[in-house]
Amino acid sequence: MTTSVSAIVIIVLALTALGYILGRQRALAVSDREKTKLHSLPGYYGQTVALYVAVPAFLLLGVWLFVQPIAIESQISSDIPQSIVDQSGAKSLVMADVRRIANGLDLLVGSGGFTETDLANMRADFSNVRSRLASVGVALGSDVQPAVFEAAKSYRNIGKAGSLIRNIAVLVTALALGAWSWFRITPRMRARNTSETFIKSLLMGSSLIAILTTLGIIGSLLFESIHFFRIYPARDFFFSATWNPQFRGGSDLGILPLLWGTLYVSFVALALAVPLGLMIAIYLAEYAGSSLRSFAKPAIEMLAGIPTIVYGLFALITVGPFIRDWIAQPTGLGSSSSSVMTAGLVMGIMLIPFISSLSDDIINAVPQSMRDGSYGLGATQSETIRKVIMPAALPGIVGAFLLAASRAIGETMIVVMGAGASARLSVNPFEAMTTVTVKIVSQLTGDTEFASPETLVAFALGLTLFVFTLGLNIIALYIVRKYREQYE
Amino acid sequence: MTDVSADLATQAVRPNDRSLFVRDERTTRRHRAEMRFRMMGLAAVTFGIIALLGLMASILNNGVSSFSQTYVKLAINLDASKLDKSGKRDPAELQKVTTFAYQPLIKAALVKTMAEHGISVDGVNAKQAAELISKEAPAQLRRYVLAHPDKIGETITFELLAAGRIDGYYKGRVTMESAALDRNVSPEQLRLADQMREAGILEKRFNWSFFTAPDASDTRPEAAGLGVAILGSAYMMLVVLVLSLPIGVAASIYLEEFAPQNRFTDIIEVNISNLAAVPSIVFGILGLAIFINIAGLPQSAPLVGGLVLTLMTLPTIIIATRSALKAVPPSIRDAALGVGASKLQSIFHHVLPLAAPGILTGTIIGLAQALGETAPLLLIGMVAFVREYPGAPPEGFFDPASALPVQVYNWTTRGDPAFVERASGAIIVLLIFLAIMNITAIILRRRFERRW
Repeated sequence: MTTSVSAIVIIVLALTALGYILGRQRALAVSDREKTKLHSLPGYYGQTVALYVAVPAFLLLGVWLFVQPIAIESQISSDIPQSIVDQSGAKSLVMADVRRIANGLDLLVGSGGFTETDLANMRADFSNVRSRLASVGVALGSDVQPAVFEAAKSYRNIGKAGSLIRNIAVLVTALALGAWSWFRITPRMRARNTSETFIKSLLMGSSLIAILTTLGIIGSLLFESIHFFRIYPARDFFFSATWNPQFRGGSDLGILPLLWGTLYVSFVALALAVPLGLMIAIYLAEYAGSSLRSFAKPAIEMLAGIPTIVYGLFALITVGPFIRDWIAQPTGLGSSSSSVMTAGLVMGIMLIPFISSLSDDIINAVPQSMRDGSYGLGATQSETIRKVIMPAALPGIVGAFLLAASRAIGETMIVVMGAGASARLSVNPFEAMTTVTVKIVSQLTGDTEFASPETLVAFALGLTLFVFTLGLNIIALYIVRKYREQYE
Repeated sequence: MTDVSADLATQAVRPNDRSLFVRDERTTRRHRAEMRFRMMGLAAVTFGIIALLGLMASILNNGVSSFSQTYVKLAINLDASKLDKSGKRDPAELQKVTTFAYQPLIKAALVKTMAEHGISVDGVNAKQAAELISKEAPAQLRRYVLAHPDKIGETITFELLAAGRIDGYYKGRVTMESAALDRNVSPEQLRLADQMREAGILEKRFNWSFFTAPDASDTRPEAAGLGVAILGSAYMMLVVLVLSLPIGVAASIYLEEFAPQNRFTDIIEVNISNLAAVPSIVFGILGLAIFINIAGLPQSAPLVGGLVLTLMTLPTIIIATRSALKAVPPSIRDAALGVGASKLQSIFHHVLPLAAPGILTGTIIGLAQALGETAPLLLIGMVAFVREYPGAPPEGFFDPASALPVQVYNWTTRGDPAFVERASGAIIVLLIFLAIMNITAIILRRRFERRW
């Protein structure tokens, strides 16, 4: 399947280049090689043809690639007899088998010694499908039932037919629109305007990707969350204090311990990062000499460029054992190296540059006249900072604080590697606790089985996280924006 | 009233009480507060820098040793009677010989070499001596034989990986005391290793295979490398670059140059700034739900990873590009329009080239962010254990692969402490890549940035 897609992409690209050349030549031909008779430069005629060849064809290809699997899936899954679905528990399990078998058959044919006609005659109840598929590296859990095997075969056939129709449709679109725009070329045709309008709509289309992404996020989160709340009561999810997923069903999936862990870790992180980040910003903006500033500012900003996995490893191999051996164990407060404290402190370090660079901008935005006024009245520098600059910068700093809080809540790798995995409601910061993001990762990695509440809960958790962070961001941006209006 | 004025009068006639050269108590207190505040600021800055240094030192301290590796040099006789009983050198026949047939060859060669050098330690028999060599070694031998069937029957000198514990011994991770408690290695074996090192059979040298070899199973950390992860990351970066640069630039041009001031534009702008702050793991959920479950793309594929990272990188690139476009003065546009260019011509021929350094800098920084991103990749299945290299593009984009940061996470979840060393080493590699990208961005900015 991938081969034919890349082939069609290359063909369309070649046609595009050809379209450009032919369009340009026709423009020159219809104007008897006198460029002045043309409305636009000859290149624009080529460009118009090329755009008509490439853009609709690629759009069609993209949409088709997206829709075809959905269409085939629903077609096949409606063909599967109910008895088999009951046997294996869920329709999605059967479909996974169908896909795996179809994939294995592809490999079988690809490895040679097995033709399409052999395959058409092959029947699951006579030939040993399982061992044959195992020979090409596709392992199946159980023997293949005839109906599933037939479904896999028709899955393959429909897929193949679909790909063929797709390739033809794409080529026809490219050629037809290319030819149409080519025949349209006359000396009076406004080729530049046409191609510019075309390009402008492409530019606008690209800016819509942002909206599509947001819609995609909200759509996928909402859709699967609704699915989840249909099989698991929403009240238990939001108000239960136990988190205990079970493989065989009957899980307790209460979000409260996870929310508590999330907020606790974020609180520790912010308690470290906000004072430090703020003091760093103040010192570098108001006190530091240019030599210290030119060295310290990039150094602090370097912390912001370090990926979170590095902080996670730092928590895992250095900070965690240190806190356990020097603080938690001597005081008898805890015995595990992953704890709220570990994750919180490391996350705090990660947030320092975030707070300090935001606060730096805000402090610099306070007009110099306010400082001068304060000095003129005899205030010391620190008094000016605390009593004049801070109140003036407060809304901005609150905004920075909220943005940092939203990052702390959404942070994943540091808590996965530093906070632990046990869901627990406790006030002891040296105990391992877990967060919303950790549980999203642990419920969605590994073998994902979409029908079970244990997997779907990750989407409800994701939705909660998204709503939380989005709310914080909107409030923060509102505050920052409102504050800016005061001085500009 | 009179009291007050009398008070003022007495104060006025005692000027020496308030000398400008002697600080009164209140001024001293205020100055002390000033000093304290200043020190607090300095302490905060120092803490930040110490945190950075501590982070770096901890990673370097744990990871630098992964760039060297202990090898055992052995002359091994590729015995034809064991590897190719039929004597036909038939590849299909050779394929059937498993690593179990190669193990005795290594053992025999080791015993022979030890006898030649007169090495022996009491309490270490031939089987235990063979444990000094990695379990990966027979596989290495087998790969060599399958690639060169004509060498069967000859005696060839191989450099085989030493076992993880022996390697750890020369990196200070394993000591005689810890070996006494360890089921996987004994102090006698370490003593044997010392003797072999003196005889020159065992040596530590630069670990090239760390950069090229694929991941290895839990019991052989010494063989684990970053090859698949580096390739997977490179593929993803390629996808991100190819998609996010044109889309990002196009979106920025529209928003900056064409978009009318209306509600719709407002919605797009708010959207972009919100997307920049959405937690990365949410993008992973999006990728899982849309690209894998609905569009049916394969799990663990660099293409899916690249798509998810593209969506994450777009806001960064759009924000950088817009400020680069904004920095080009309107006089450039006006001049172009004035000599008869169309709006689109003025942008593509004049504004865009002038904004290019800013756009490139933003793109590189966006790519650097994407390169270090881990969480969304976990959800789209890139944590899977992948030993096969992905194929050449474009098919390779659909093959399962790993990524640098995910490989780090993967290694930290393994039991053997040798994997912590590998993970830190991988972080160093990742940080070097990031440093190169960021330095390139800085140089680009310094070299080409224009101020009007």
